[in-house]
Amino acid sequence: MSLDVIVFGAMFVMTLGAGLAMLFARNAVHVALLLVLSQIGLAVAFLLQGAFFVAAIQIIIYAGAIMVLFLFVIMLLGVDRREVLDEPLRGQRPLALGLGVLLTAQVLYIAWRGVDLAFAGTGEAAIQEVNSDPGNVLGIARVLFGRYLLPFEVTSVLLIVAVVGVMVLTRRMYPAAPNVDTDIPGTEAEEVAV
Amino acid sequence: MTEVSPGYFLALAGLLFTIGVVGVLVRRNAIVIFMFIELMLNAVNLFFVTFARMQGNLQGQVLVFFVLVVAAAEVVVGLALILLIARRRASLDVDKVRLLKW
Repeated sequence: MSLDVIVFGAMFVMTLGAGLAMLFARNAVHVALLLVLSQIGLAVAFLLQGAFFVAAIQIIIYAGAIMVLFLFVIMLLGVDRREVLDEPLRGQRPLALGLGVLLTAQVLYIAWRGVDLAFAGTGEAAIQEVNSDPGNVLGIARVLFGRYLLPFEVTSVLLIVAVVGVMVLTRRMYPAAPNVDTDIPGTEAEEVAV
Repeated sequence: MTEVSPGYFLALAGLLFTIGVVGVLVRRNAIVIFMFIELMLNAVNLFFVTFARMQGNLQGQVLVFFVLVVAAAEVVVGLALILLIARRRASLDVDKVRLLKW
């Protein structure tokens, strides 16, 4: 049993365990932290397969930025909020679990078949060659800024639309309550002047 | 490069995706549902990286980059919507949100 297999086993247990625990955690903060654990496990999976750049941005953007945003919103809305446990749709949970088991069986079958069909064992050598000669980041940059330059530019439009959209959404539409700032001595003169 | 066969990585990604689907169906807190959607996106990223390894080119890894950007934009807009709903209804329960206008 080599080191790779041990690392893979630990990563497998950690990622899947954190994912399963997410289903049963009652507190939203616990769910968020378990998701971070699962994402770090996935970063290890990316490292094992030679995707070094993707592993780095997985930790920086996903486990870092996006999950911090989630935690911010959870804190903003109140941490001690409890989920109601009674079920308005009868039989929804058993049905969901049954369908989940079915989906698991299908996905595992496809994974098993897909390896048979698509894996010739030659791909790893190519990835290793790219990773060692220009390096993983440079290789990705060549693909990203070469063949995928137009989609890359379109994503910048997407980001701008998202930012503007969120600013419009969270703007307060109703007239604001009397502003506390105007009561500070010394600011009244400017307010009147404006 | 690891000697672990890609099939095990595909199986892990599939299991994580299934957990995400079941979580979206079972949980009712809007933020928690959103986090399960993130789990599904992560599982698909693992699929892409594994397929990139099987095919021997970097296009799968580039696709993960795009998935990340779209996920970031989606999280920002989605959390703003959840915030607005929670501010109006004082509840995060998705079963209680069944009117388009109120």
